[in-house]
Amino acid sequence: MKILVPVKRVVDYNIKPRVKADGSGVETTGVKMSMNPFDEIAVEEAVRLREKGAATEVVAVSIGVQQAQDTLRTALAMGVDRAILVLSGESPEPLAVAKVLRKLVEKEEPGLVILGKQAIDDDMNATGQMLAGLLGWGQGTFASKVEVADGRVLVSREIDGGAEDVSLSLPAIITADLRLNEPRYASLPNIMKAKKKPLETLQAADLGVDMAPRLTIVSVAEPASRQAGEKLGSVAELVEKLRNEAKVI
Amino acid sequence: MTALVLLDHESGQIRKAALSAVTAAARLGDVHVLVTGDASVAQAAAAVAGVSKVLHAADARYTHELAEPLAALIASLAPAYDHIVASAGAAGKNVLPRAAALLDVQPIPDVIAIESADTFVRPIYAGNALATVRSSDAKKVLTVRSAAFDAAPAEGGSAAIETVAPVDSADVSRFEAVRLSDSERPDLESARVVVSGGRGMQSEEKFHALDPLADTLGAAVGASRAAVDAGFVPNEYQVGQTGKIVAPELYMAFGISGAIQHLAGMKDSRVIVAVNKDPEAPIFQVADYGLVGDLFEVVPQLVDALKK
Repeated sequence: MKILVPVKRVVDYNIKPRVKADGSGVETTGVKMSMNPFDEIAVEEAVRLREKGAATEVVAVSIGVQQAQDTLRTALAMGVDRAILVLSGESPEPLAVAKVLRKLVEKEEPGLVILGKQAIDDDMNATGQMLAGLLGWGQGTFASKVEVADGRVLVSREIDGGAEDVSLSLPAIITADLRLNEPRYASLPNIMKAKKKPLETLQAADLGVDMAPRLTIVSVAEPASRQAGEKLGSVAELVEKLRNEAKVI
Repeated sequence: MTALVLLDHESGQIRKAALSAVTAAARLGDVHVLVTGDASVAQAAAAVAGVSKVLHAADARYTHELAEPLAALIASLAPAYDHIVASAGAAGKNVLPRAAALLDVQPIPDVIAIESADTFVRPIYAGNALATVRSSDAKKVLTVRSAAFDAAPAEGGSAAIETVAPVDSADVSRFEAVRLSDSERPDLESARVVVSGGRGMQSEEKFHALDPLADTLGAAVGASRAAVDAGFVPNEYQVGQTGKIVAPELYMAFGISGAIQHLAGMKDSRVIVAVNKDPEAPIFQVADYGLVGDLFEVVPQLVDALKK
């Protein structure tokens, strides 16, 4: 079985994003970019499944600008076998990404597609579910545990009040939650080896997918900042403030 | 215009977050709701103020709100609606994007404000920016952040209940089991007071130091991702970008440094209190009241002072 892992290049999670002065978006020029943290978890899970013998090949794919090849090289250094870059311009929407992925799924015929549960830039949490819908496949979202056996995959999912298990017939879609695993660091020799692994580049237009956005960004603004608070000297003072000033207890 | 709200429930109770979705949908037009499960859930849905019709998906295939059959059902009902809405909880996030794909619509997740029938405000970058977006899709599919909308009253309505017939969908998924954590405390997302612990709680045993305080205040207990990853508490306690988004009247953070991803989950709380040993902890930049000190000394003192 082949596993396809979509990965996204996003502003590094340690960076505090700055809203552009003209309100058109968030500043990304000259900002450190990295692989979306949930996608690292997805890559790790796919590589582990191959190491366990449940998969034979892991293919990473990224959709966006040319620089996303750096993200794919990171995935290759983590143990992915080969990579596909689909050039589409900046920030395609989940619907368009899901349609590109559907084309790649038809071509590559993977048994599993493992995605991150959400990208930390647009915070959409939609691409995996949309791809599953377009393909008519089962979806195991917010996965904290994945087991492949007998043509099915058992997925433990994180839900609001606890956890839920679902089993899906293969092929299927999984989206990784934080607790699925601890992604490995790429070693220097593996980073060197990754440079020699195959990376194919395609154009979204050649796949016949309309990338036009459905959502127009009217404006992007800073959220209202909280007023600076005060540091207090004692518990008694805190309780007094909560009772008489804030009136919350 | 009419909106269809997916009214999710747990253990036969309609989620409070789902009632917030009803309030949001009422700004868009007439509100119909879709519920799965027993007839009792449909009756509870009919009593929600502001609901004019209940569509009850009584068939067993919808019982566990599995995405595959439920998204197909929503897509089949969609022609009668301009907006399809759910609360941005685990169920809505699982089902609605799939339904949107079936309808060839780009969903709009985590809406915090409705500007007009096609224009919505949503946080991006872990709440560090607010994007106002206008949808060009014929139908709008959105999830709404419950902290941003008051819950519709659970009583006062008298909507008609209509049973909807199941629609065919590929038999590709099966519900196996659910493990709900048993807590007698209020639900984290709807609690008026939340008491949260971070890495500074040191261990699973010591995390219970917060229990007497939570009991005294009638508060829900939350945690930072660091505390969850360290195994102090189960992950459903997690407040943050990747956990629950809360906006209580009072949020008390103990031993939490205040990473961006945690702040994304609680910075809309009305009053924030931070107790931390480190005077430089970023949490103090958003706290209304801060106390620099050892939380294991502060918490018992707080409990005593509150009981006076």
